[in-house]
Amino acid sequence: MTAPLSQPGATEATSSDALLTVTGLTKHFPVTRGIIFRHRVGLVRSVDDVSFEVTRGETLGIVGESGCGKTTTARMLTRLIEPTAGQILFDGRDITHLRAGAMRPLRREIQMIFQDPYSSLNPRHTVGAIVGAPYRLQKVKTEKGTKQSVQEMLELVGLSPEHYNRYPHEFSGGQRQRIGIARTLALRPKLIVADEPVSALDVSIQAQVVNLLADLQSELGLTYVIIAHDLSVIRHVANRVAVMYLGNLVELAGRNDLYERPRHPYTVALLSAVPLPEPAKRTADGGRERRERVRLVGDVPSPLNPPPACRFHTRCWKAQEVCRTVPPPLEELAPGHHVACHFPENTPAA
Amino acid sequence: MAAWKGRARGGDKAAAPTVTDTSAPATSSMLDVRDLRIHFPTDDGLVKAVDGVSFTLDRGKTLGIVGESGSGKSVTSLGIMGLHHGTNAKISGKIWLDGEELVAASAGRVRQLRGSKMAMIFQDPLSSLHPYYTVGYQIAEAYLIHNKVSKKAAKEHAVDLLNRVGIPNPQTRVDDYPHQFSGGMRQRAMIAMALSCDPELLIADEPTTALDVTVQAQILDLMADLQQEFGSAVIIITHDLGVVAELADDILVMYAGRTAEYGTSEDIFDRPAHPYAWGLLGSMPRLDRARLDRLIPIPGTPPSLINVPSGCPFHPRCAYAALTNGRSVNEIPQLRAVGPGHEAACHLSTDEQRRIWGEQAARMQLSPAARHFDQEDA
Repeated sequence: MTAPLSQPGATEATSSDALLTVTGLTKHFPVTRGIIFRHRVGLVRSVDDVSFEVTRGETLGIVGESGCGKTTTARMLTRLIEPTAGQILFDGRDITHLRAGAMRPLRREIQMIFQDPYSSLNPRHTVGAIVGAPYRLQKVKTEKGTKQSVQEMLELVGLSPEHYNRYPHEFSGGQRQRIGIARTLALRPKLIVADEPVSALDVSIQAQVVNLLADLQSELGLTYVIIAHDLSVIRHVANRVAVMYLGNLVELAGRNDLYERPRHPYTVALLSAVPLPEPAKRTADGGRERRERVRLVGDVPSPLNPPPACRFHTRCWKAQEVCRTVPPPLEELAPGHHVACHFPENTPAA
Repeated sequence: MAAWKGRARGGDKAAAPTVTDTSAPATSSMLDVRDLRIHFPTDDGLVKAVDGVSFTLDRGKTLGIVGESGSGKSVTSLGIMGLHHGTNAKISGKIWLDGEELVAASAGRVRQLRGSKMAMIFQDPLSSLHPYYTVGYQIAEAYLIHNKVSKKAAKEHAVDLLNRVGIPNPQTRVDDYPHQFSGGMRQRAMIAMALSCDPELLIADEPTTALDVTVQAQILDLMADLQQEFGSAVIIITHDLGVVAELADDILVMYAGRTAEYGTSEDIFDRPAHPYAWGLLGSMPRLDRARLDRLIPIPGTPPSLINVPSGCPFHPRCAYAALTNGRSVNEIPQLRAVGPGHEAACHLSTDEQRRIWGEQAARMQLSPAARHFDQEDA
């Protein structure tokens, strides 16, 4: 049994170890009206000025609620969406605006795991064709031939080589996710961006896939960017965690720092909102005690019209005038612990 | 509130002939489900979606039904609501709601009860709300049908309900369409709709699965508040053990259409007796405990309901099946008391269960000393 996801020191790595460096990454989607006289009526600020680094061999988790820009970020990292501004350095090379042709060789090194194992596999292709597609597209000839390589990949992810000629509908959700992972790994990428890799799976299957990702990382030396909305899954898989809110990065810290001493009020609220799998204490009259928790009111505002300055101020219980006028910069408040807040929390929140 | 206390049931004449079942419910519980079976004949064979499930539920109490997809939890709830009428479902067993048997009751009678005495909150508020009608109309609809009131009074009632579920400016929002509501507000509107006739039984099928965690916390709080106020019996169906721990008094763990374990929340979380319950607890990464290097998943996949494994349906995935001398392969385990009010369908002896759970809990570091965040590597 190995503990691949918790190498000590991964967070203290120097910047020369960075596999991926993202600076000021921004994506704005225009909202247009009209068919002939197309004009812009608004701008969805999905991701705004996000910067982070991913060190070789580590796992960066990105958490946030729907609409916070985490999927858009993932798609920009894999260059499926063109960034509006900012820079993406992969392995020291600027890939921000590479054309499709120039990007193609790099696709071997950056791969993606998708959320929905049902829609991300072509139902008319056999498993062999699906997992073998990367070899075909990249014109890679493996030593033992494609079929045997595919079968090795299937074994690596815990499927049987005999599944080669079957179709996706013959598999359960967890097995399909394994097929998707086999396809992702076929070309031995360096970086894997996984967008909600387990959220569509049942809890017992989810644990299998989480363990599989951990095993593969230690076996193949992979670097992960894992995106999820489930804070307990992220705590389990990630070395460092980035918390996003309405397109902004609000906190970035090592796993233990973040979960033990969250500093951004949003992180505090997010952590305290997670229902814990432990029955609440009984009161004398047989009812249940309510857990103390930070309650946020209302919903996440629309990214079409995000609140000015600190985007969290509309729901924040600590908001002051300065939060409405001055955007808080992302500052390193403790070694490796970056927070964008004027009034950070310091005490560990229970 | 008093305004909708007088529930018109459309006359008692319909009730009399349909209550043909003379055997009384075993208990005086608000809801008493006995040996419920819901089977669907299909071209591929008989799908035993629910196969002998029993439970009781009192007023003011909450039952959590947990299980993986395909375990029959939603089919059970639809069966109680009488929503399998008109399908080819074969339903047997007994469902007593307040002393009235529902399985043999006429569709008309169940229809009178549905919406007034029992109501349901569905998982996906976007697809369960009609996009063409205003939210207010949809909330008032059931109230208009079940009560002799004017449209104006029904609308006022809808405003009142929207206010109670925490929607700001209910007077204006009542005329909004579902697309003008956010996800959390839609789920609030769904809850308002379910509460419109002050139901005695409320079934919530994955009420927060489609919501973000901060909104989920709001909805869970709201449901707990409303239950205290209305005193209704609530069934909450979910795959999220955190949500049931938050709300449920009793928990029913389902696997492949059968009850695996049934007991109080404390029974299930602190002293679970069924290997499947151990598996669920071990599979789950937890924020309230030390982080484990590895999760302890259940091997394999949930069975197909057409080819349910022989004997104990869980035996192909169970690490302890070998301890039963082949009984788990050949013999279907019956629910057996393992503690007061705590039952499990497992061939392992109670002593074995206690011993194995002790080992499991140690592996999961469930001891009180470990109940902190990563101290060991902080």
